[in-house]
Amino acid sequence: MDKFTTLTGIAAPLPLINVDTDMIIPKQFLKTIKRSGLGVNLFDEMRYNDNGSENETFVLNKDAYREAEILVAGDNFGCGSSREHAPWAIKDFGIRCVIAPSFADIFYNNCFKNGILPIALPQEQVDLLMTEAEKGANARITVDLQEQAITTSDGQVMSFDVDAFKKHCLLNGLDDIGLTMENVASIDRFESEAAQSRPWV
Amino acid sequence: MSPKTLYDKIWDAHLAHEAEDGTCLLYIDRHLVHEVTSPQAFEGLRMAGRTVRAPDKTIAVPDHNVPTTPGREDPANMTEDSAIQVAALDKNAKEFGIHYYPVSDIRQGIVHIVGPEQGWTLPGMTVVCGDSHTATHGAFGALAHGIGTSEVEHVLATQTLIQKKSKNMKVEITGSLRPGVTAKDITLSVIGATGTAGGTGYVIEYCGQAIRELSMEGRMTVCNMAIEGGARAGLIAPDEKTFDYVKGRPHAPKGAQWEAALNWWKTLYSDDDAEWDMVVTLKGEDIAPVVTWGTSPEDVLPITAKVPAPEDFEGGKVTAASRSLDYMGLKPGTPLNEIAIDTVFIGSCTNGRIEDLRAAAAILKGKKIKDGLRAMVVPGSGLVRAQAEEEGLADIFKEAGFEWRLAGCSMCLAMNPDQLQPGERCAATSNRNFEGRQGKGGRTHLMSPQMAAAAAITGHLTDVREVM
Ligand code: SF4
Repeated sequence: MDKFTTLTGIAAPLPLINVDTDMIIPKQFLKTIKRSGLGVNLFDEMRYNDNGSENETFVLNKDAYREAEILVAGDNFGCGSSREHAPWAIKDFGIRCVIAPSFADIFYNNCFKNGILPIALPQEQVDLLMTEAEKGANARITVDLQEQAITTSDGQVMSFDVDAFKKHCLLNGLDDIGLTMENVASIDRFESEAAQSRPWV
Repeated sequence: MSPKTLYDKIWDAHLAHEAEDGTCLLYIDRHLVHEVTSPQAFEGLRMAGRTVRAPDKTIAVPDHNVPTTPGREDPANMTEDSAIQVAALDKNAKEFGIHYYPVSDIRQGIVHIVGPEQGWTLPGMTVVCGDSHTATHGAFGALAHGIGTSEVEHVLATQTLIQKKSKNMKVEITGSLRPGVTAKDITLSVIGATGTAGGTGYVIEYCGQAIRELSMEGRMTVCNMAIEGGARAGLIAPDEKTFDYVKGRPHAPKGAQWEAALNWWKTLYSDDDAEWDMVVTLKGEDIAPVVTWGTSPEDVLPITAKVPAPEDFEGGKVTAASRSLDYMGLKPGTPLNEIAIDTVFIGSCTNGRIEDLRAAAAILKGKKIKDGLRAMVVPGSGLVRAQAEEEGLADIFKEAGFEWRLAGCSMCLAMNPDQLQPGERCAATSNRNFEGRQGKGGRTHLMSPQMAAAAAITGHLTDVREVM
């Protein structure tokens, strides 16, 4: 997995609540058996017109945001289906960090498995970053995972929470399966005990 | 011993390892797999030279992509990309030696219908699937939730999941439901009350008289949509109805093992003095038949209400509501029961079980659907379909003018040929009304099977109590 340490980049504002994973990557793009190549279809229905041309009003089609690496969005981001294609598409586009007042559970987890840092902040702070993001390419935001700090272009700093284990994995680009395998003895033990106590399973 | 919730009990019984920082490895009893969220996981295993740790606890079935029309065993009748995903599942199931119900098997169907039907889902288990509606299995008192593809790979390789414990929420539905009100109305009303993020960070236990009075099918409908309320999982404590449903199913325990299992299952309830992080109570009598008007499952109102205006809301919901109304092509103030529809879809893992078909058929018996309407019934599994045929329900649907399809996810998500056209409006028994969910530009109103049947007759959203 790719590491995430610090990131300084353009933040794209998406002031919508309940952005669901169908919006992030519509189902017609789930028929791939690969993880890559989904970036062009990120937010497909908002991003493209019916004839396939770009919808100029959509934020990621504006010149200032084509290179965005951070997304600032409304409450309950990533709700809906469990599709990991959502973070795959976000990452493939080049976005490595999503900031919102809250995230849906499965999406939040899926981000960490793909080197994306989701940050939940109080509404007022998200509002402030949204205003920052609206300034366009000049207002770069810095996200420092080690320090758990976000710095705006004019030097305002805000801190954020992240689970220690998830942080450790993201900072070091660790693969979950490899880590779990270190505890394989515990799993073996559990499994043989369960075979005694709940043999019907 | 300190009092525990049902969730606490199942959690404790599956904790394989706990690290110092509180990160846990939860042992997984059943892993359900479908064709859309698994190919990358199997590929990952192959690339790392890993195997499936517990193939006997892993069950696969294709459902999302498959057409629901005859001749679908032939890949030529699927789009190329669907055929590739189904073929990948065929191959992976065979190569890794997991249980498999291919399209040609009468037991094939929607993964969340097949699991309980075959007795794979049992009380007190941990059940995961790369699909958010895994919450359905919580109806058995199993801790069941959706996972992403990386987690699918993790469970395949290790039979565990890295988890932090969620908080406990109790949703109590007191009293009894009124006639015409169903499990679907309960679950939608709860989401209406708590919002789609209201359950984030929680496992919900549904309890109270109205829940106890539901059949297993109804309980599955309630738990199915726990995810729409943002919860990690929904749970209902097992009782005699649960045990009766499970008994005799192909993979349920038998003989002495049945007795041993039953003894344990009977301990699976929340202790009286258990602590809850949040409690929500609704009165069963107050719940009305509801429909959704917008593009989020929380946009729910009694069928007797009117389309709301953006000004009726606060904060981010104002913009969201105006966007929803625009997408749905609705004007504030329109009575909900005057909204004309083009399509009716009865099916999905929310409402594709035999009881749902019985309820819809009871409304449709001897009636015809409105002229010009497209209406389809998609049974949740081949076995549900066979049973409905045996009971004469299929004939009722066909005589009313419904298409009688083969089992699959169908128009719940439009990854297969069953889709809405742009602007088409659908009365649907599924669980998501997101923009484009049933086809690009399609407009979805969620409701119970009874309400969908009533709408099929009149051609507009209808209060089922008027046609009962
Ligand atoms: S029926 Fe719909 S919600 Fe259920 S598993 Fe299939 S696509 Fe998902």
